[in-house]
Amino acid sequence: MIINSRFFNRSELMGFVALAAVLFVILPLTLDVFRLNLVAKYLTYAFVALGLVLCWGYGGILSLGQGVFFGLGGYCMAMFLKLEASSVENTKIQSTPGIPDFMDWNQITSLPLFWQPFHSLTFTILAIVLVPGLFALIIGTAMFKRRVGGTYFAIITQAVAAILTILIVGQQGYTGGINGMTDLRTLKGWDIRPDHAKIILYFVEVVLLFACIGIAQFIRLTKLGRILVAMREQEDRVRFSGYSVANFKIFAFCMAAVFAAIGGAMFALNVGFMSPSFVGIVPSIEMVIYTAVGGRMSIFGAIWGAILVNFAKTSLSESFPQLWLFGLGALFIAVVLAFPNGLSGLWGDYVQPRIDRLFASRKSKAGWKDNSVADGAPAE
Amino acid sequence: MSDEANKGLLSPLRRKLLMGMAAVPAITMLPKASFAQAPATSAVNTTGLAVTDTEVTVGILHSATGTMAISETGSIEAEKLAIEQINAMGGVLGRKIKFIQEDGASDWPTFAEKAKKLLVNDKVAAIMGCWTSASRKAVLPVMEQYNGMLYYPTFYEGLEQSKNVIYTGQEATQQILAGLNWIAKEKGAKSFFFIGSDYIWPRTSNKIARKHVENVLKGKVVGEEYYALGSTQFNSVINKIKLTKPDVIFTDVVGGSNVAFYKQLKAAGIDLAKQPLLTISVTEDEIDGIGGENIAGAYACMKYFQSLDNPNNKAFVPAFKKMWGEKTVIGDVTQAAYLGPWLWKLTVEKAGSFDVDKIAAASPGVEFKGAPEGYVRIHENHHLWSKTRVGRAKLDGQFELIYETADLVEPDPFPKGYQ
Repeated sequence: MIINSRFFNRSELMGFVALAAVLFVILPLTLDVFRLNLVAKYLTYAFVALGLVLCWGYGGILSLGQGVFFGLGGYCMAMFLKLEASSVENTKIQSTPGIPDFMDWNQITSLPLFWQPFHSLTFTILAIVLVPGLFALIIGTAMFKRRVGGTYFAIITQAVAAILTILIVGQQGYTGGINGMTDLRTLKGWDIRPDHAKIILYFVEVVLLFACIGIAQFIRLTKLGRILVAMREQEDRVRFSGYSVANFKIFAFCMAAVFAAIGGAMFALNVGFMSPSFVGIVPSIEMVIYTAVGGRMSIFGAIWGAILVNFAKTSLSESFPQLWLFGLGALFIAVVLAFPNGLSGLWGDYVQPRIDRLFASRKSKAGWKDNSVADGAPAE
Repeated sequence: MSDEANKGLLSPLRRKLLMGMAAVPAITMLPKASFAQAPATSAVNTTGLAVTDTEVTVGILHSATGTMAISETGSIEAEKLAIEQINAMGGVLGRKIKFIQEDGASDWPTFAEKAKKLLVNDKVAAIMGCWTSASRKAVLPVMEQYNGMLYYPTFYEGLEQSKNVIYTGQEATQQILAGLNWIAKEKGAKSFFFIGSDYIWPRTSNKIARKHVENVLKGKVVGEEYYALGSTQFNSVINKIKLTKPDVIFTDVVGGSNVAFYKQLKAAGIDLAKQPLLTISVTEDEIDGIGGENIAGAYACMKYFQSLDNPNNKAFVPAFKKMWGEKTVIGDVTQAAYLGPWLWKLTVEKAGSFDVDKIAAASPGVEFKGAPEGYVRIHENHHLWSKTRVGRAKLDGQFELIYETADLVEPDPFPKGYQ
């Protein structure tokens, strides 16, 4: 990845370096494997948050159904892992050995057709990106071509999340139902459960995350990114200028879906688990909350939001098992009330100017403030 | 056989008195080792668990928040009561039990995460926890990977057996078969209608029940319907019941759905005094929500009822109410959760060690004579031998014991001919 002053401005470069330092060096050196694995879990949500920055922060499309894509990606990965864990040898106590355990409990006697291709890792990796991407394309085309937007779009994404959950829970013979897919063990014979595997998976995930950050930043800087922002601010004006608003919206929505799906797949790998509790309405709204807390206009802000909110969730629930949900709720309300642009807004308003003054006093003027679109954007 | 001694254990209500009486039950309850000086930590803990010279740490892992909190709270309370009573008697191998409570938040992956935290970070010697099958399925790989010990309280679908789990509730055949036999004989029932919530436990239970009805009782299943968890609309199935007129309605509807189900049954004019209904999912806890007047007359198939008339239970119920309030009710699972810490303590003392491998190996054959349900013993397959009982729901929300098996029923998690 080329990092130059054109690709990242100075404040973004600082954000990039800080995040890289924390994720690549500080956390792996200071945390034990158990906590590092928890961070890996938080980071899977950072992928979703990154997608939401593109689609909601820049494109202005609020999706309350990102759990759908997170889930689709996660389930694709989990299906591959589950098949590998269900070898004839591992499942010989079942009435039909060689199929996943939950199928056996539901009196299914042969592997369903749509499971067959998931024996192949190549197919699985393609499916992780293509299945959610195509699904988003269908929803996006159906909605945006008819100019369904704003609140109505949000409601429809939420309905899709509810439908998919009901489908997964109802078809438990094929999906594992409410239990989800548990006991995932190996990836191509490589055990994903021991400590050293967790560390490798963590670094793979961080590298992937930075790759996705690169893509998101690239989209932002191209003309495409400008059009997205213009669309958010004045949709009709963009349309009258001759752009196909629907196509741009579909693109942003699909990108967000693909990012979420990558997060979901990494989740299945890191946690060894996938269940409908990540697909439904509540997790989808939580994903929007991480993004809002971190700052939906800022790529790095949203990622920090996902990490910090989930960290708060873990530590509050460890310290106050009965009361933690109230604490978390209060935290959300406080952040949204006090800092409508999230933590990144707080940074931009208070911390960044001081740093800039520091630099300015040393060097001659350096124009850091190019990002006028992010500032002064109305909070929805 | 040792009733006098057991009364000594369980009748004192005040903690001080209980402490004073500790020696009485100890004569029958404990191996001689516990009277000796506490053995050296290095000898009883060779795998680095959280055991000091004076303390041993265990984990409690249930949902204190979320939809399952209403069911799991009873289990948390029972486990804390058992731990307090064990500590009042001098603890385990001379060490007081300290517990770390974690919240599974009704979310299965959270259960897995917290179980891992308890085993890896806190090095707990055992975990009392989980409630739903889904949470157990999520925790099981963690227990096996990090070699922990889980005491799981809920009646469940079976088809599972692990070195790292002791199942203190009933597996499906223990709960279902004796109840079906009884109702077939008592009511001459030939036709059954199954209604369940849509997840693994009701589906597996009904599969076993269907095979038993068709192959053993030579009866007929005239309907089998499933409803999503949390569902509240049962009118269509109630109409089908009215049309098919089954001899017995057999239900495993769980949680809040029960409230709607029994109210709608009553509103539809189905009188449970005349229409036999056998449930395997309603305990005293659920009746609290359903209301005694809506369910009076229904039969429930369990291993424990709060109203059981035996010396152990007569001491257990007041002790529980004293700690958690007069209004609390005690259901089947709450009692099974109470067994967890006791069985662990007895096993540790039998093994003379906190090491998980030794506990797993020593578990078969461990018996607990102070169980509120009467007497239980751990089977080689890590489930419990226990009796099956049928109770009839009364207006006041309690069950009246109608029938109990003469002998302990053998746990059979992989029943031949029922799969």
